[in-house]
This record gives sequence, structure tokens and C-alpha cells, in this order.
Amino acid sequence: MALVMKKYTMPEQDPAIRAHNFEEVALGYDEETAIAEASRCLNCQKPRCVQGCPVQIDIPGFIAKMKTGDFSDAIEVIKGSNSLPAVCGRVCPQENQCEKYCVMGIKGEPVGIGRLERFAADYDLNEQQKGAPVQCASDAKKVAIVGSGPAGLSAAGELAKKGYKVTIFEALHKAGGVLSYGIPEFRLPKEKIVQVEIDDLKKLGVEIRLNTVIGKLYTVDELMQEEDFGAVFVATGAGLPSFMHIPGENLNGVYSANEFLTRCNLMKAYKFPQYHTPLKVGGTVAVIGGGNVAMDAARTSLRLGADHVYIVYRRSEKELPARLEEVHHAKDEGIDFRLLNNPVEIIGSDDGNVKSLHCIKMELGEPDSSGRRRPVPVAGSEFDLPVETVIVAIGQGPNPLVQSTTPDMLTNKRGNIIADEETGATTKEGVFAGGDIVTGAATVILAMGAGKKAAQAIDKYLKDKG
Amino acid sequence: MYKILKKELLSPNVWLYDIEAPRIAKKTQPGQFLIIRTDEEGERIPLTIADFDRDKGYISIVFQEVGAGTQVLGQLNEGDSILDVVAPLGKKTHIEKDMGTVVCIGGGIGVAPVYPIARGMHQAGNKVISIMGAKNKDILILEKEMRAVSDEVMVTTDDGSYGIKGFVTNALQQIIDRGEKIDEVIAIGPVVMMRSVVEATRPYKIKTVVSLNPIMVDGTGMCGGCRVQIGEEIKFACVDGPEFDGHMVDFKGLMSRQRMYKDKEKTESDHVCNLTKVKEAL
Ligand SMILES: Cc1cc2nc3c(=O)[nH]c(=O)nc-3n(C[C@H](O)[C@H](O)[C@H](O)COP(=O)(O)OP(=O)(O)OC[C@H]3O[C@@H](n4cnc5c(N)ncnc54)[C@H](O)[C@@H]3O)c2cc1C
Ligand SMILES: Cc1cc2nc3c(=O)[nH]c(=O)nc-3n(C[C@H](O)[C@H](O)[C@H](O)COP(=O)(O)OP(=O)(O)OC[C@H]3O[C@@H](n4cnc5c(N)ncnc54)[C@H](O)[C@@H]3O)c2cc1C
Ligand code: SF4
Ligand code: SF4
Ligand code: FES
Ligand SMILES: [Mg+2]
Repeated sequence: MALVMKKYTMPEQDPAIRAHNFEEVALGYDEETAIAEASRCLNCQKPRCVQGCPVQIDIPGFIAKMKTGDFSDAIEVIKGSNSLPAVCGRVCPQENQCEKYCVMGIKGEPVGIGRLERFAADYDLNEQQKGAPVQCASDAKKVAIVGSGPAGLSAAGELAKKGYKVTIFEALHKAGGVLSYGIPEFRLPKEKIVQVEIDDLKKLGVEIRLNTVIGKLYTVDELMQEEDFGAVFVATGAGLPSFMHIPGENLNGVYSANEFLTRCNLMKAYKFPQYHTPLKVGGTVAVIGGGNVAMDAARTSLRLGADHVYIVYRRSEKELPARLEEVHHAKDEGIDFRLLNNPVEIIGSDDGNVKSLHCIKMELGEPDSSGRRRPVPVAGSEFDLPVETVIVAIGQGPNPLVQSTTPDMLTNKRGNIIADEETGATTKEGVFAGGDIVTGAATVILAMGAGKKAAQAIDKYLKDKG
Repeated sequence: MYKILKKELLSPNVWLYDIEAPRIAKKTQPGQFLIIRTDEEGERIPLTIADFDRDKGYISIVFQEVGAGTQVLGQLNEGDSILDVVAPLGKKTHIEKDMGTVVCIGGGIGVAPVYPIARGMHQAGNKVISIMGAKNKDILILEKEMRAVSDEVMVTTDDGSYGIKGFVTNALQQIIDRGEKIDEVIAIGPVVMMRSVVEATRPYKIKTVVSLNPIMVDGTGMCGGCRVQIGEEIKFACVDGPEFDGHMVDFKGLMSRQRMYKDKEKTESDHVCNLTKVKEAL
């Protein structure tokens, strides 16, 4: 049989229509296409794809099941390594991970591993029987998890399966971390996908205590000493928004991407006034940054009614850190990319609202420590971009609430928790950490991988302790 | 869910709720606040924890109905429950022994958040002079409570219907003029009031603490929406505050940011009004 060199096309909502709604953009394969795409896989003896997956899913194994239409078996294979497949199939930067290494990618396009994972996971969500909640033994040891993002959720799942009594403490009123408050509905549906995966965890007996800020309502020490938790896993993410520290950043109309996306996703401002939280989007919007967060903020602005949305990024297209698919989607929807531009000031009107973004053109100079060519300003190239809204998406740092109340758990100079790469062990006995709070802002699947490793280490720690 | 144990009308549109929350009561310190969400569609509303009883396991809030969010909250009754309460948030007030003479100023419903601070200062053995300001006698709140924890209380009303006619700054000036050595002033109330107090103490270099209330969302340092300019620095009021050195605060910036959603708030309020009418009609 001749090899099919290209991926089967992913059905998508028409860009002209989807730019004005919050429904999911990528619609997913149907059964027939899923089987056809699966059939492109060569079932390699030494599957290179697996080395690109941070949680080492048996990729040829699950794809082999899909070829014959055994989707339930396929998802069992995936779930052996990944407890949030419907999420990862949608948001993993596959082009840098599994699919980057697929042999099919050498001469043609790699196998659409993420899309197949998504199909199997969605099939499973639809077929799933609602099982009775699992009860763990009354003398089970207690483990506390701080933060309900992907790192916390995956650690919780692993530990619950091992028989521990797991409690997740979450600061917000919804579980999921960035999956709930950051990544928009049109990329990752909340009720249909995120909530279902979280409910799955609850069925394993995991308790989720919302509205509980660790460092405020309980300290880590109080959890261990007063509440009897044998171990704590800190997975508080990278939630502290960075600003540019340029003039005008306090003007009305300047948002951090976190605030903008939280108002929209978590507080459902796109359904205002039925939902009461307001969000203001001008006719013209500039989003500063080039990562997933920037793409999400830009595309959300369009959907909230902006006529023209710029991405202002100081490097070139090649350096854009966002997932390739999101960059394509953003372009199809009409986002205007202003590459090699850097903001220097936000200009306001007398009433305190944003009037324009003052920028300077950049060119690429010598490579910097990251190996990327450093952008340098072009003298005399300053110009004004008239906009009403500016969204700052230039990165997030670690929130210090837990660290500052846990003095014997040490941090590095950036404020990230110091933790062993293999076990997540911190400098404080019984306390482990993983995900973005350790690595800085990274990816869903890396955070999940860290959660899983920490769960294994916590299991060993508690068993050794007896 | 957090049960409302008691609901009391303090003055027109100003409510006091006692809310069952033993753990929060145990951990709360004066100066801290909470965030409430009444129902699935509601906003996250920040309110100061106006009191806490660690033995009985409740906390109190005092709030004024100003817009949609606080109106919905005001429609709840004793025995009803609040969907979400996150607390304690923010830093506690700096209270110590031997601080000396502390003037605690509360304007309008700002008296409510000042009360636990005055009590804390008093319990620590400091001399507490309290100034309570209101538009008129009828809307003055918590006078009895404030008297119980203060060495001296001065009341000012805009119309002179009670106490000194004028503003809290008039009373403050009297204290300064009579030669009283003031070690610290704490002022909580409308932004214009806090700004006047800061201007009144600036010439005398009296340390002045104010509690800022910019628009907040999460209250944990995650969104940056609550940022305020303090001297050369940008601070997040929810985690770095809400109390700051008043002489460093950019009040103009704060007031401008508080007006950010004025038009949207009107739409929101009309929406809630209509819903209420529909409910009443049924
Ligand atoms: C807008 C956006 C888009 C993204 N898109 C992608 C993508 O397409 N693909 C991808 O792989 N990655 C993406 N990422 C990155 C990815 O989401 C993160 O790397 C990942 O979520 C990190 O997981 P985590 O569990 O470490 O932390 P988080 O997901 O940040 O979760 C941390 C949780 O801890 C809670 N918390 C914090 N402090 C406390 C406390 N003191 N007490 C209690 N709870 C606390 C927080 O409220 C939060 O719920 C995106 C990130 C953002 C912001
Ligand atoms: C730390 C802090 C402590 C506070 N303590 C008290 C208190 O003890 N008692 C009390 O009555 N009020 C208090 N407030 C103010 C209270 O949060 C607002 O009155 C309330 O959120 C208004 O919401 P609304 O929907 O009813 O009115 P809206 O009509 O939506 O808004 C009216 C005005 O309230 C302000 N506001 C709106 N939304 C928010 C928000 N999310 N966060 C902060 N301000 C907002 C804006 O300036 C707005 O113009 C406090 C605010 C903060 C930040
Ligand atoms: S989890 Fe991510 S990296 Fe691993 S196979 Fe799935 S899509 Fe690829
Ligand atoms: S490398 Fe590509 S073709 Fe080979 S097993 Fe993996 S997915 Fe299939
Ligand atoms: S309210 Fe979001 S950072 Fe303060
Ligand atoms: Mg409101």
C-alpha cells in the first residue's frame, strides 16, 4: 500500500465564523478518518516518536489498536501513561514533541499523534460509564496537593490509584489551573473536557478543596503538623504576571493576559451581563508577546468583538514560541502580526484610557544565551500604533505565597522552588514540588510528567518512613 | 457553602452579616479581607473582614449595596449560604505593643474595617483615638463598638447633625493642634477621604497607613488587575497590601482605575434589577 505522505486534514470551523464564537475551533476526526490516519503509522520497531513524549506513551501501541477500530483499547494504552489525554491531544506542542521525531516526518508529514490521542480520548469520554466513587482504606495515609493544575491533577491521580487519601487544595473556585482559567474555551472546552477529566479523578476518591489559599488559610507546616498530611506536593504553577515596566502600564485598557483570560474563561465575561464580571475590549487591540498566551489573548479579543488585533513581538516569526497550529489559526482568523517590533510606551488620553502603543522596530543581532538571535532596536524607527486595549503577555513568574510561608523550602534566585528533577523532593522533608512552579512557565505535559514522578517519589518516601 | 448566621441592617443599604467559617475565623488578623461569590454567575467581590470570633467560629462583613454584585449579596437572608468565600487575603495590619498613640479614622462604612484594627491596637496597650465620619447622624455605624475599644472617640458629620460639623480631617487637625503626639494614623474610607487625611498629615511627617480598594479579581497575585503605584514601584494591592504608606500612594491613578468599568457596571446593575423584578412578579 502506498504511503500517505500528508496528515488527513483536521476539520475546523470556518475562520470567518469561528472568529466570532467561543465554540471549539478544531472539530476532531470522525471514525473513518481516525482509522485512516492511524494507518499511516509504520508501527516502528524502534519508535522514535515515544522519545519525544515527556510521559512516554506507547504511541505505536495505541495507534495499532486504532487501526482496527479498537478505540477503547487504544485509550487504555494511553491512560497507562497519561491521565489527561483529551487535554494533551489538544494542547501539546506536538511539533516539538512526539511528532517532531516521527519517521514519517522525514519525507512527508508526521503521523497526527496528537489528533489520534484526542480522538481516542473523546471516544472514551462519550462511552464512559459513570462508575461509583472509590473509597480508600480508612487507615490510608494522607497526601496534600497544593494547586489543581495539570501537575497537581496527575500527581493526585497516581497517588489515589496507589491507595492514598489525597486532598487537593486550590486557591480559585474552580479546579484545573491554567486549563480552567487560562486556555480559552475555543481551544479546550471546559464542561465537555476539563471538568470531565477532573470528575474522573474525584471518582478515584480525590477530594478537591476549592477556595483554599495555602500560605493563608493553612501553611504547609500546618498541613503536616495539624492536619496530619504525611507529604505535600506543591504545584502552584507560574501565576504571577510580568509587566514591561514601561510608562503608561497603569492606564485603563492595559491588561495582563492573566487578568484578561481569567475574566473571560473563569468568570465567563463573554456571557456578560448574564455572568456579572465585566471585560472591556476596544475596537483595536495590541497583544504583546509571541507565545501561546499571546495567541490566546489575541484570538479571545477577536471573539469579544475587536475589529483589528495586532500581535506585537520583538523577534521574528521563526522565534515565535507558540504552538504552530495556534499561529496558523490566529493568522487564518485575521490576527495582524507585527513582528520585530517592541513597545516602548503606552500613551493615554486625558481621561486615563489607552490611546496608542508607541513602538520601535527591531532587527536580529548576535545569538544570546538562549541561542536565539538577540533583537536590537533600530535607531530612529519609533512609531505609534493607535489602539484602545493593550494586553501584556510577556510571561509569568512564580507566585511567592507558599514559598514565603515555608522558609525551609528553598527557592532559586528567580523564586522557583528548588526540587530534584527525578523525584521532585525539595529541601524540606516530606515536601515535593513540580510543574511550572519549579521549571518556570512550560507545558501541560511536562507539568503532568513532574506530577507523576513526584507521586512515585512520595509513595516511596511514605513507605520508607513506615 | 458558607452559612449566613445573622443579618442586620446598620444603616440604609448597609448590611452586617455574620458568616459561619471556623477555619477562616481562626486564621484572620485585623486588616485582612475575603472574596465572596454569591452564585455561579456572580462576580468575585472583595470585602474586608470586619470582625471575627474565633471561639464561635464566625466572621463578619459590613457592606454597602452599590451595584449588581453587592445587591445580589444583599438579597440573601439569614440561613442562606454563600457559594464561595476565600480568606484570609492580604497582609495583616502592623500592630504591636508600645506603638504609642494611634489615631484610627473611619469614613462612612470604612468604620467597619477600622474596628478590628482599633480593637487590636487597644488590646496591644496602645492609646487609641478614633475618628468616625459620616454624612449625617442616621448613617453612622458601629459607634458603640468603636467606643468600647478607644480611649477617645470623635465623631464628625458633614451636616453637623452629630459631633463636629465637617470632615474627619477637621477632627484630626484638632488633635494635632492640641499638641497630642501622634505616632501613627490609620485611615480607611472613600479614596477622597484617605487622600485628604494623607495631605493633612504630610506637613507633620506623621506615619499614615491607608487601605486601598482597587478592582480585584482573584486576590492572590495572579491577575495584576489590582496594581497600584506606590512611589516608584507597582504593587499588587491584594498580596502586597491592601495597606500602604499613604504618603507614597498615587491616589489619582487609583481613582482612575476604579472607574474603569463604569458603563459596564450600569448594564450589569440594570440586568440584576430586571431579574429581581421578574422574580418578585412570580
Ligand atoms: C494562556 C495559556 C495558554 C497555554 N497554552 C498551552 C498549550 O497550548 N500547550 C501547553 O502544553 N501548555 C500551554 N500553557 C502552559 C501550561 O498551561 C502550563 O505549563 C501548565 O498549566 C502548568 O501546570 P501546573 O500544574 O504547574 O500549574 P497551573 O496550571 O498554573 O496550576 C497551578 C494551580 O495552583 C493554584 N495555586 C497557586 N497558588 C496557590 C496557593 N497558594 N494555594 C492553593 N492553590 C494555589 C492556582 O490557582 C492554579 O490553579 C499555556 C499557559 C497559559 C497561561
Ligand atoms: C480590599 C477591599 C476591601 C473592601 N472592603 C469593603 C467593605 O468592607 N465593604 C464594602 O462595602 N465594600 C468594600 N470594598 C469594595 C467592594 O468590593 C465593592 O463595593 C464591590 O465590589 C462593588 O461591586 P458591585 O458589583 O456591587 O458594584 P459595581 O457597580 O460593579 O461597582 C461599583 C464600584 O465598586 C468598585 N468595584 C467594582 N468591582 C470591584 C471589584 N471586583 N473589586 C473592587 N472594587 C470593585 C468599582 O470602583 C466600581 O466603580 C472593598 C474592596 C477591596 C478591594
Ligand atoms: S502526551 Fe503530548 S507529547 Fe505525548 S504523545 Fe500525546 S500529544 Fe504527543
Ligand atoms: S515514529 Fe511515527 S510512524 Fe513510527 S511508530 Fe511513531 S508514530 Fe508511528
Ligand atoms: S486581584 Fe488579581 S493580582 Fe490582585
Ligand atoms: Mg460589579
